[in-house]
Order: sequence, then C-alpha cells, then structure tokens
Amino acid sequence: MSELPAVAPRGRLADSDLLAAFLRSRVAMLAALATLLIFAAAAFAPLIAPHDPYDLASLSLLDSLTPPAWRAGGTTTYLLGTDDQGRDLLSALLYGTRISLAVGFASVTFAAVLGISLGLVAGYVGGVVDAVIMRIADVQLTFPAILIALLIDGTVRGLLPGLTREESAFGVLVLSIGLSFWVQYARTVRGSTLVEASKEYVLAARLIGLSPVTIMARHILPNVLGPVLVIAAINLALAIITEATLSFLGVGMPPTQPSLGMLIRVGQDYLFSGEWWIIVFPGAMLAILVLSVNLLGDFLRDALNPKLR
Amino acid sequence: MIAFIVRRMVQAVVVMLVVALLAFMMFRYVGDPINQMVGIDTSPAAREALRQRLGLDDPMPLQFARFVANAARGDFGVSYQFKQPVADLLAARLPATLELSIASALFALLVGIPMGVYTGLNRHAPLAKLFLAVSLVGISLPTFLIGILFIFVFAVHLRWLPSFGRGEVVDLGFWTTGLLTVSGLKALILPAITLGLFQMTLIMRLVRAEMLEVMRADFIRFCRARGLTARAIHFGHALKNTLVPVITVTGLQLGSVIAFAIITETVFQWPGMGLLFLQAVQNVDIPIMAAYLMLIAALFVAINLVVDLLYVVVDPRIRLAGRAT
Repeated sequence: MSELPAVAPRGRLADSDLLAAFLRSRVAMLAALATLLIFAAAAFAPLIAPHDPYDLASLSLLDSLTPPAWRAGGTTTYLLGTDDQGRDLLSALLYGTRISLAVGFASVTFAAVLGISLGLVAGYVGGVVDAVIMRIADVQLTFPAILIALLIDGTVRGLLPGLTREESAFGVLVLSIGLSFWVQYARTVRGSTLVEASKEYVLAARLIGLSPVTIMARHILPNVLGPVLVIAAINLALAIITEATLSFLGVGMPPTQPSLGMLIRVGQDYLFSGEWWIIVFPGAMLAILVLSVNLLGDFLRDALNPKLR
Repeated sequence: MIAFIVRRMVQAVVVMLVVALLAFMMFRYVGDPINQMVGIDTSPAAREALRQRLGLDDPMPLQFARFVANAARGDFGVSYQFKQPVADLLAARLPATLELSIASALFALLVGIPMGVYTGLNRHAPLAKLFLAVSLVGISLPTFLIGILFIFVFAVHLRWLPSFGRGEVVDLGFWTTGLLTVSGLKALILPAITLGLFQMTLIMRLVRAEMLEVMRADFIRFCRARGLTARAIHFGHALKNTLVPVITVTGLQLGSVIAFAIITETVFQWPGMGLLFLQAVQNVDIPIMAAYLMLIAALFVAINLVVDLLYVVVDPRIRLAGRAT
C-alpha cells in the first residue's frame, strides 16, 4: 500500500464492485429509487406543485379541512386535501420536503466542513490544539445531538432577538444541527490524518517547504475523505430527523414556511377530530424519506467496508 | 483500583466545570439578565442597584465562582417566565420524568434482552427475521412519529389508553407518583413504550450480536460436552457473557432516554422536566436552560462513572489490569 500512496478515494467509490453490489441488492435499489423520486419532487417543487403554499392571499378559509380528492367532499383542486388554513396539502408537502432536505443538506455540509477542518488540524498539528479539540468532542459526544441542537437553538435565538422566525429559522436550524453533528467527522478525520501524516509523501511535501495549510488541504484531505462520505450519507437521515423533530417541537421552521416536521405538528391537533390526512401524508413522507436514505447509507457503509465483504 | 476511581472522579469534575462554564456564559451573555428580571418601567437607578446586588459588575472569574457555588447548592436563579426559583420548578417536574424514564428503561431491558436471546439463538426463524425487520423500522423512524402513531392507533381508534397527561397522581409529600392509581399506570404505558422503543431495539440487536459471538466460543462447546441443559447454557453461561456491553449501552442510553423524554413528553403532554425545558427553549428562558443543562450533565457524568465502576465489578479482566498498572 505504501508504494501506491495516492489512490484517490473517488476512484474507489465509482469502482465496479460498488455498482455490482448495488445491482445485487434489491433493497438498495428500491431505496435509491425512492430517494431519487423524493429528491426530484423536492427540487422541482415550484414546477410540480399545483398551488403556492407561501402565497397567503390565495388561501381561502372556506376551503380549509377539505378531505383528499377520493373522499366524499374532496375536490380534484386539492388532490390530498387541505389543512386548517385552506392550504393545499400536496403543495405544502412538496415545499415542506424541499425545506426539510435543504436544511438536511446544508447542516450536513456545515457539520462536515467544520468536523473535517477541526479533525485535520487536530491530527496534523497535534499537541495542545489536538487535546483541546478532542476533549471538546468527548464532552459533546456524551450528550445526545437533539439536546445540543435544542440548547444552541434557544441560545442563538436569545442572541438575535431582533430577527423574526421567518428570517432566522433556516440559519438557526443549520447552525444548531451542524454544531451537534461535527464530532463524528472530526474523530474519523483525525484518526486517518494521524496515519497519513506519518507517510512519506507528507514528509516530502514538508521537505519542499509547503505550508501546513497547503499540505492539509491539498495532500492529506483527499486521502481521508473516503470514510467521511459514508458518515455524511448516514448523517443526512439523522439531520432530516433532527430538523423534523425541532420543527415538531415548535423551535424549527415557522408555520408560514412549514417543513415536514411543522406539517406534522399542525396535523397532530386534528388527530382526534377525524382530519387524518393533515398528519398522515407528511408523516408517511418523512418516514419513507428517512427510511430510504437510511437504507442507502447502510448499504454504502457495508459495501465500502472491506471487513464485511 | 483506587487510582482508577480517583482518575475517573477528576475527569468527571473537569467535565462538570466545563459544562458549568458553558451554562454560566449562556446565563451571562445571552440577553441581559437584568432586562429579563425587571419590568420596562423600572428606573435605571433601580436596575443599577439590582445589578450591584446580584454582583453582575464583579470580575468574571468571581462571578463564575459564585455561579458554581450557587449551582452546587442547587440554586439556579429565578425563571424569567415563571418568576419562581428554577430549582423548585425542576424539582416539581422531576418525579414525572424519572418515572417515565425508568419505566421505559425497564421496558427496553425486559423486552429487548429476551428478544435478543431469541433472535440470536434462532437466527433463521421467521419470527426472528420479523423482529429484526421491525427493529430496523423502529430505529429509522423519529420518536415523535412513533408516538403519534401509537396515539392514533391506541388512543383514537381503539380507545384503550389515554393520549396525554399523567392520569391521577398521588402526592407523597416529597414525590408525586402516578404509579399508585389505575389511570396513572394506564397513562404511563404509551409514553414509556414510545420512549423505550429505540433502546429496546438497540439492546435486542446488541444481545443478538453478542449471543451469536459467544455461542461460537470454546467454553460453550465445553458446556455442551459437560452435558449441561440448553437452558443452563443459554441463560447461565452465554447470556452472562453478553452482559458487559449491555450494561454499558443501557447505562449510557439512560442519559439519552432522559434527553429523548423531551420529545416524548411533548407528544404526550407529559408534565415532566423535558416539557419545562422545551418551553424554556421556546421562550429563551435561560436560567431554566442552564439549570437543565447542568442537571443532565451531572446525570450523564454520574452514569458514566457508575458504568465504569460496574465494569470493574462485572469483568474481572479489567480489575486485574487495574491492579497491574
């Protein structure tokens, strides 16, 4: 292995082994199909959605709590029915998935960038910096992510009292979810960085006088990214769940820009009065989304882990 | 052994101090504590007097020391929303959360371990495969969705169990319990299962994996050769050897049970600490948030410590290693 130091992890990802394993696993293919469909629906929500759920002027209270089209009293205008404010549920669902996915991707990216940077620095620089970063990681790892996200959420909103929920919700969510998930990346990257830093190409790079930042970013980083991609895939489902949970608890997205969690929160009030569609569709959407992303992540982890082959 | 305990104690104290520093910074720098405590019609002079009285002009290290000293005595200040001491508010809510957490941990252990043993011993039985498939779904779905599903099925449709609250509680003076009334017990079932489901699947998978591993070991073959009954082998020897990781995970998970109680308590409107904390986050009630953080941290640190010590009791190898160093 030491003779071939720069095997790019991307090459291994696109390796035919992975593809073959994928084609063999019916579960993985099904999960990938569902994930792709949901991603596409979310990405093209403005084109597909029959109504604009953010346009408050188009909402009519007369249309509120209309059942889905195939039930008595339903109309084809609102295929999946409407919620308590007369909002078309199908459109709200599409836009809600879009928001949930956007928060999920943004927070995973934020957590990954933060975790990778800190992991690289901790592993390469070592010493006191390493000790401080890793102790913080240890302490944070003792607490569940959801608790940390809640605390950061409350604190940030306390620090920015001037902003309304509409303006700040997205950023606050990304910040709190990102900050509660960085540890895993940092630990993994630090571990691989320690291994890489002792290799000859790093020594060579140092000998020709490259700056530590260049060495970390240009030479070590590409070689430690492989496992990180798997963590990111698995974390995406977690981030989506965390966002949905925070919104469900009422500290996430505002009711005017509902994510899936917020739609479920609204729907919970109508559980007893028989308007089941308000909660069932967003709930099912969230369940399918999380399940397929999870299955896909598990598949990636197993397929890329040579120990399990 | 004693060196080990002392080292772990010192670590625990350091962690608590770090968390206390965080809580202190939250309390001191998120918003102005004075503004939160007084009305808008309070004069600047009165504000200044209050600031003086609370010592908010003192040097930071002194303020922090005072904060830690107060926290150690259980004094976390006054809630911004309720205008009551935070310690009293938390103490009033503690029994509800503890009863819920312990009930759900018991549920997870009493159901998870037998299921794990069963799936570990009968790998290819259809029932074992069903358990595994269900557990995968249970791990994937968010807690609040599972709770809502339970409410929908058992409270709305079947009308067997209540969907919110604690039912009738009995006040024992120092503790209000829902365990002594029928309605209290009924109200406990759904939240406890919702909260314990994740832990249950975790314990089941863990016990299953460990059982698969242990059953292949030589000493099990030796037990068979000695002619022990299958029961004695499975429960006396195999299960016993799977318990070390189970203790760790259950112990460490007890902390997250209490944290996830925030979600379960919201879904079921269970009047515990989690619900209080959530209201605090919604209203940026920093003293409650800080106190809850400290409380949970103390709990986690204590649990970690106990788990580490239990390790030494359960696994003689660690004891010997500790003596050697």
